[in-house]
Amino acid sequence: MSPTFYLYLSAILFTIGTLGVLLRRNAIVVFMCIELMLNATNLALVTFSRINGTLDGQVMAFFVMVVAAAEVVVGLAIIVSVFRTRRSASVDDANLLKY
Amino acid sequence: MSPAIAHVAAALLPGAADPTTSFPTPHLDYRALLPMLIVGGVATLGVLVEAFVPRGKRGITQTVLALGGLVAAMVAVVSNTSIRNITAEGAISVDGPTLFIQGTVIAVSIGALLLIADRALASDADFAAQAADVPGSAAEQASVRAGFVHTEVFPLAMFAVAGMLLFPAANDLITMFVGLEVLSLPLYLLAGMARRRRLLSQEAALKYFLLGAFSSAFFVYGMALVYGYAGSVKFADIATALSSSTHGDPLIIVGLALLGIALIFKLSGAPFHWWTPDVYQGAPTPITAFMAAGTKIAAFGALMRVLFVAFGGLSWDWRPIIWGVAIVTMVVGAVIGVTQTDVKRLLAYSSIAHAGFLLTAVGGITVGTADSESSVLFYLVAYGFMTIGAFAIVMLVRDADGEANHLSRWVGLGRRSPLIAGIFAFFLLAFAGLPPTSGLWAKVAVFKAAYEGGAAPLVIVGMLASAVTAYYYVRIIVLMFFQEPAVDGPTVLAPTVFTSAAVVIGVAATLVLGIVPQPLLDLAGKAVPFLR
Repeated sequence: MSPTFYLYLSAILFTIGTLGVLLRRNAIVVFMCIELMLNATNLALVTFSRINGTLDGQVMAFFVMVVAAAEVVVGLAIIVSVFRTRRSASVDDANLLKY
Repeated sequence: MSPAIAHVAAALLPGAADPTTSFPTPHLDYRALLPMLIVGGVATLGVLVEAFVPRGKRGITQTVLALGGLVAAMVAVVSNTSIRNITAEGAISVDGPTLFIQGTVIAVSIGALLLIADRALASDADFAAQAADVPGSAAEQASVRAGFVHTEVFPLAMFAVAGMLLFPAANDLITMFVGLEVLSLPLYLLAGMARRRRLLSQEAALKYFLLGAFSSAFFVYGMALVYGYAGSVKFADIATALSSSTHGDPLIIVGLALLGIALIFKLSGAPFHWWTPDVYQGAPTPITAFMAAGTKIAAFGALMRVLFVAFGGLSWDWRPIIWGVAIVTMVVGAVIGVTQTDVKRLLAYSSIAHAGFLLTAVGGITVGTADSESSVLFYLVAYGFMTIGAFAIVMLVRDADGEANHLSRWVGLGRRSPLIAGIFAFFLLAFAGLPPTSGLWAKVAVFKAAYEGGAAPLVIVGMLASAVTAYYYVRIIVLMFFQEPAVDGPTVLAPTVFTSAAVVIGVAATLVLGIVPQPLLDLAGKAVPFLR
């Protein structure tokens, strides 16, 4: 099977993630959609690695995973503290700062 | 492919390379990397201090450690000025612009750290006693009564500085991504750590985090597409691939667009500036000063390196985009700033407008000319110092429940505390670009570079935007000096040694660069061009 199909899949996943960030209201789900975008990137990196015949892409996928893990730590800490304060994780409720 | 992974490649990819290839040690020029190693090491030590030093002594230990580390890193940068070297297997480029930007980042970080130390060690600290406590809960009151202070702000800030040093030095996209995250992740947390108005602070952290993570996802996908096009993410390889093939491949165009979105987000250029006012307003003021100055300096360094070194061959494609972004950024920063009533929000829109002025020089570049690069470097120094100083003054004007940020509270401040109001007015003149401040020469330099690069329309928009921003700066000066103060006006905190030092550094740099700009302009001229 041509590896190009994996690129299409990764583009579709990235688009779903982007739309999810823009459309969903729950901060946790928004964050999951961002993770989906990062994982779509990993799929693209690994596929390009195969197409190009170099391993750089696979190594970069590990970097992206590590950074994503660090981002989860920071992100969940922030989302949980906001939830404990407001009893809500909806990004629409975070509306004190505007204009 | 780098030889280090050729070995693994041979095992996994049939026919990729000879499996007997040796596994060479990467060459690291430790001297060139020293500033980053010092700051990263001090940040790590700071984490250990949190674990092992008794609570009462942590604040002072962390302050000494962090300030000492920054001064040592500054010495390392200054002693490295002759180095022009691409090291760490091509991952990090220590060249003139890198050293100049690293020196600037460290200098403004010292100023910001003085403010952070002041507000972390003071009896009425501005950082949450325990950020995990629910605002208004009994647990929070207990933490405040026990005198807890989050001294973790110091290692977090130092990690952010380490990221700011790596970000503009990165010479491939994956290193740049790591630098981007190392600088951003601590700032997300720091933004949510205010002791007062904690709902605003937490909201700022949430918005900054979600939007920042969103933009870094764009960065990595852009990186993946560029990797697919060029077969490598090293800037030199990308430039080679661009020069040896026909233009218009969607992979590279879309890839560069995605990278550009993330970088323009970081330097708060329109239309990706929406986080800036919210985060600047909600974050504790010393942190706002730190990220307003440091992040923008580092992000401009990174943007210029990506555009000039890696994507110079595509300059006909990205120049119109940068033109558009610069115009929209200047107009948004100037026009929306007029309606602001909160001083931190107003300074946020001012910082957006400054990003636009800086982008005029980037858009005016014909790749290879040094003027626009050096003018941006000079502007970043001037902007960094005036920003630290202005936010230091904002920190001092207080009500019973913390800072009095609403502009209605600043009415008549010049009558009550002429010195503080006078210094703030001086910084506002610098933001507006009026003599005798560094802001004037910074604007002259970028507009001249833009004009000579053929971006005359940008200069015209820049002039008009400057006039609009000058209106809102002067409005504050009028409000402070020519209106009667309210009876229950805010008190002005007597500045401590730390804050005074930060303000003095800001005033001195702004004034000296305003009177004798030439030495620094020469230095910036010697720092360019980028090493390719």
